[in-house]
Amino acid sequence: MIEHIVAGLQRPNFVAFVILFLWGFFVMVTHPNLVKKLIGMYLLQTSIIFLLVTIGAKKQSTVPILQAADAAAIATHEVDPADYANPLPHVLTLTAIVVQVATLGVSLALVAAIYQKYGSLDEDEILKRIE
Amino acid sequence: MIQAHESVIVRTMSRLLIPLIQLFALYILLFGQYGPGGGFVGGVMLGTSLILGILVLGPESAPCLLAKKVIHGDGVGLIIFAGVGGLCLIGGGEFLNYSNLRIPWVDTDSHRRYLGILLTQLGVAVDIAVTAISIVISLSSINDSGESHD
Amino acid sequence: MTLLFEISLLVLLIITAAGAMLVKDLISSVLILGSYSFLLAIVWAWLGAVDVAFVEAVVGAGLATVFFLLTLFGTAPKDTRIRRTTTPFVAWFGLPLLGLLLLYVAEDLPRFGSPDSPASVHVSPEYLKNSLQDTDTPNVVTAVLMDYRAFDTLIETAVIFTAGIACVLLLRRNQE
Repeated sequence: MIEHIVAGLQRPNFVAFVILFLWGFFVMVTHPNLVKKLIGMYLLQTSIIFLLVTIGAKKQSTVPILQAADAAAIATHEVDPADYANPLPHVLTLTAIVVQVATLGVSLALVAAIYQKYGSLDEDEILKRIE
Repeated sequence: MIQAHESVIVRTMSRLLIPLIQLFALYILLFGQYGPGGGFVGGVMLGTSLILGILVLGPESAPCLLAKKVIHGDGVGLIIFAGVGGLCLIGGGEFLNYSNLRIPWVDTDSHRRYLGILLTQLGVAVDIAVTAISIVISLSSINDSGESHD
Repeated sequence: MTLLFEISLLVLLIITAAGAMLVKDLISSVLILGSYSFLLAIVWAWLGAVDVAFVEAVVGAGLATVFFLLTLFGTAPKDTRIRRTTTPFVAWFGLPLLGLLLLYVAEDLPRFGSPDSPASVHVSPEYLKNSLQDTDTPNVVTAVLMDYRAFDTLIETAVIFTAGIACVLLLRRNQE
């Protein structure tokens, strides 16, 4: 059991992902301030996108834009996929980032509406004022 | 609404920067197929140029009045994107299959798909720009409605 | 040498994220979040994802910071300083346990950067080989996003439109 966990620690990208994910989740669940929860949500979302991009990276590869220097190779469908990074996780990631900012906009609009009605950003205060 | 900034330096630099940002945004939008960029980034940068005008130059300036007219066109980007798909349906194929676009001067299959990608990127950019401006105007008017309805 | 560069970037990333979460003042926390976004964009460019780094730098370090600051400017100064609270016991036990579980299964993931990982062998080589012939577009990510998978992008555009309408309905109902 211990050697599995030590083997897991040999991957620095995955360790960074685990730390960011769990800390963002912790802040989102326990902190009473509404805007601080949204900061935790932002860190949670970006850590998952980090995992997606890491899975698509390849050693000694370049960006997935076909260069003009390989024109001969391209013409005969001989492009070597190991030379280019995997483009599919990038596609998923682009959609995820834009949806993330749209969700952030709506959540902040909700927080602003709550502040207008109850006058506080703190969860316990708002619960007291509702009663 | 947010008041205009007091310092002359900040206001003049913003007036210089707004057209530069729009030029760069157009470049990134149209060259999205040859390098990094594309519809999403171009749209956000177009929205950013007007947001800079709203936040620095105040509620009575030209960028702010232009922005208030622009946000009436909120769904135009979605209509452009779905419209390209509809054109493909009219041309005889499936929805969003660009090989069936019937445009007079475009002959080969790959040119039709290139044009389809370009038009849809334009639709996405317009949609994101208008939404970013609309969210910023909504968020910056929370003081107004609070004071006028108390 | 390159491993040293990667490790130092990741350590900087975690330090900035820690700063954003431990600082007591909310406005400072939001600005540190902007610098976290910027470092994240550098990490992604290092891993070969230039389109993603572009979008993250513009959207994360630009638009998200503007949204947060606009919301915080509408509140009184007493609300932007937060107090220390006691945290529930379950969180202190459950989350490290979850972390140990995640590290336990990390061994089975494919090795970093191997071209044989399951994500890179089924459809992705076909896209890389055929996209220039089919669409005249050297940027493979744009071709896949707008041509091969255009339906996802259409629905995502609808989601963005809905978010804009939701903000209007929440905050601007009192005006004309």
